[in-house]
Amino acid sequence: MSNEPTKVDAKGYWSATVKLTISLLVIWFAVSYGAGVLLRDVLDNVSIGGAPLGFWFAQQGAIYVFVALIFYYCFAMNKIERKYGVKG
Amino acid sequence: MDWTIFFVVASFGTYIGIALWARAGSTNDFYVAGHDVHPMINGMATAADWMSAASFLSMAGLIASLGYGGSVYLMGWTGGYVLLALLLAPFLREFGKFTVPDFVGDRYYSTAARVIAVICALFVSFTYIAGQMSGVGIAFSRFLGVDFNTGILVGMGIVFVYAVLGGMKGVTYTQVAQYCVLIFAYTVPAIFISMMITGNPVPQLGFISNVRGEDVSMLENLNQVVTELGFIEYTSTNKSWIDVFAITGALMFGTAGLPHVIIRFFTVSSASAARVSAGWALVFIALLYTVAPAVGAFARYNIIDTVNETTYIETDDYAVAAEGITSDGGTPVPEWFKNWERTGLVGFEDMNGDGLMQIRGPNAPDGLANEVTINNDISVLASPEIAQLPEWVIGLMVAGGLAAALSTAAGLLMVISSAISHDLCRRTLFKGMSDKTELRIARVAAAGAVAAAGLMGMNTAKLAFVAQVVAFAFGLAAASLFPIIFLGIFWKRMNKEGAIASMAFGLISTFSYIYYFKFVDTDPSHWFLGVSPEGIGFVFMFFSAIIGIVVSLLTAPPPQEIQDLVEDIRVPGTRTRHGSVDEDMGPMDDHTPTPAE
Repeated sequence: MSNEPTKVDAKGYWSATVKLTISLLVIWFAVSYGAGVLLRDVLDNVSIGGAPLGFWFAQQGAIYVFVALIFYYCFAMNKIERKYGVKG
Repeated sequence: MDWTIFFVVASFGTYIGIALWARAGSTNDFYVAGHDVHPMINGMATAADWMSAASFLSMAGLIASLGYGGSVYLMGWTGGYVLLALLLAPFLREFGKFTVPDFVGDRYYSTAARVIAVICALFVSFTYIAGQMSGVGIAFSRFLGVDFNTGILVGMGIVFVYAVLGGMKGVTYTQVAQYCVLIFAYTVPAIFISMMITGNPVPQLGFISNVRGEDVSMLENLNQVVTELGFIEYTSTNKSWIDVFAITGALMFGTAGLPHVIIRFFTVSSASAARVSAGWALVFIALLYTVAPAVGAFARYNIIDTVNETTYIETDDYAVAAEGITSDGGTPVPEWFKNWERTGLVGFEDMNGDGLMQIRGPNAPDGLANEVTINNDISVLASPEIAQLPEWVIGLMVAGGLAAALSTAAGLLMVISSAISHDLCRRTLFKGMSDKTELRIARVAAAGAVAAAGLMGMNTAKLAFVAQVVAFAFGLAAASLFPIIFLGIFWKRMNKEGAIASMAFGLISTFSYIYYFKFVDTDPSHWFLGVSPEGIGFVFMFFSAIIGIVVSLLTAPPPQEIQDLVEDIRVPGTRTRHGSVDEDMGPMDDHTPTPAE
């Protein structure tokens, strides 16, 4: 397994990837299970437009954040890949 | 009627044309469309693959009747893509083979594991596909005046042409066309209806806007309307939070574990393309999924508004009777209701004998009984009629519903045929089979699966039954497939024994629980931890992961080459370089990519 032309720091790459993954999953959890389910009653006291905020997160907001999360993940992974010499 | 025929014929013609253009020449084309689909194109195809007759026809209706409770579908069926993008898709693409059982069989160096994964994949896909076929039958029987079973036969014929001839390549490009049809069909009526109710043409904004010309928000108004009739508030639910949590989880993890979704990510060129592609897929899915709650709320509003307290018409001569009622100062039952009554999906029984149609919830303040039954599934298909939109919108809607059903059916057929021809025949029973033979078997298997799916569709005439069965698909994918794929990537120590124990537990426990509480004991108070059959896959997923980990730790670690394989799939670029010498790769070696591809 050593026919790579450049030195790849696989260990560093993997730990950076795992760290990024965990922090994004925290946000994923917070906007769906958090805002949309567990904290809904609290958030529903606030309104966004004409919708209670918790309800809105469960039916709209979480989905928008999910899309943003994946694209941010792509962006951050490209950066990690450059940093550790991994060619994606 | 004419518009409907026009849209259906035009869209079907397009699909066939694309299928003839994109014929598969090798197993590589047939299973993974040559591994070179553009990430955005794959994202669009994934969205069509994913959004089924249930998403298109049933989901908004479910949301309309469940209100906040319907959020489980919205969060569950989109949040799964985050898991897919972060935890599975890039690594499975880096692994670089054809099917989910392929990964399981190689990662766990075991034929038994491969065969169990084949069983899971087949079970999940067959339960799912029956629903698509009966969706096709419903669309045909209501709108084209064709018999339900004939409708299914026509649908089978179309899918046969592009799935059997074109394989994944044909399926990919027809799915792109089907996505365009279905998203257009879903959004156009939603825009019209949003304009009518709120004055805002963007349904996502109309959803949070005020009722047109009034100083009260649409949702607040809806809450008021439904509570006055004795329903619970639209923005609340009577499900326990634990159940909402578990169902959302089962749908999310189930989505990420569904084989027909995962295999779409084998068609792109690299791990990073798989990540981007998952993002695009979710963008295209979100276009429909953020409109759906608006469609649901508007439908609930419109149905109550047009039906409640109107005078029922018994006779077939609608126009004359309606005129009579209007001239007496009453409001006649809307014509769409009479149209749909023939399908049995809506019904009226005059409990108090006053000739008026009362819609009431379980706690109606005036003590009246509910007299009107409306099947959730019509909320979308009937919404253009309810809102009195022009006839071409209805035709468009039908073509969209068919596109959603057919594209998902085709994706599932690919899973079924590759599980049989590749995993069962080539990798298990007849090792050393040639690429040509395998391709032939794949086509025969796809043809057989089309026939089987059609027959299943004919025997499940009601979508409501299908919705029940789909609970099986997600629960099983979450509890049996997700844990072992995830652990297979993120935990090197996971071994064959652990994987088999985990899959077997997930499959048996989830299947038994759902079967028992759906068909034997339907009393919710007996549920384990208060979790419904729809959500149980989420709970058993954790058990199945724990069992896998414990069994792995008690048995010997996986061989060194497997641990190396795991290291390789974690880092993009390494596997494709090493993996090409794997003697089992078979078809991949036959494929010599031309530089211009």
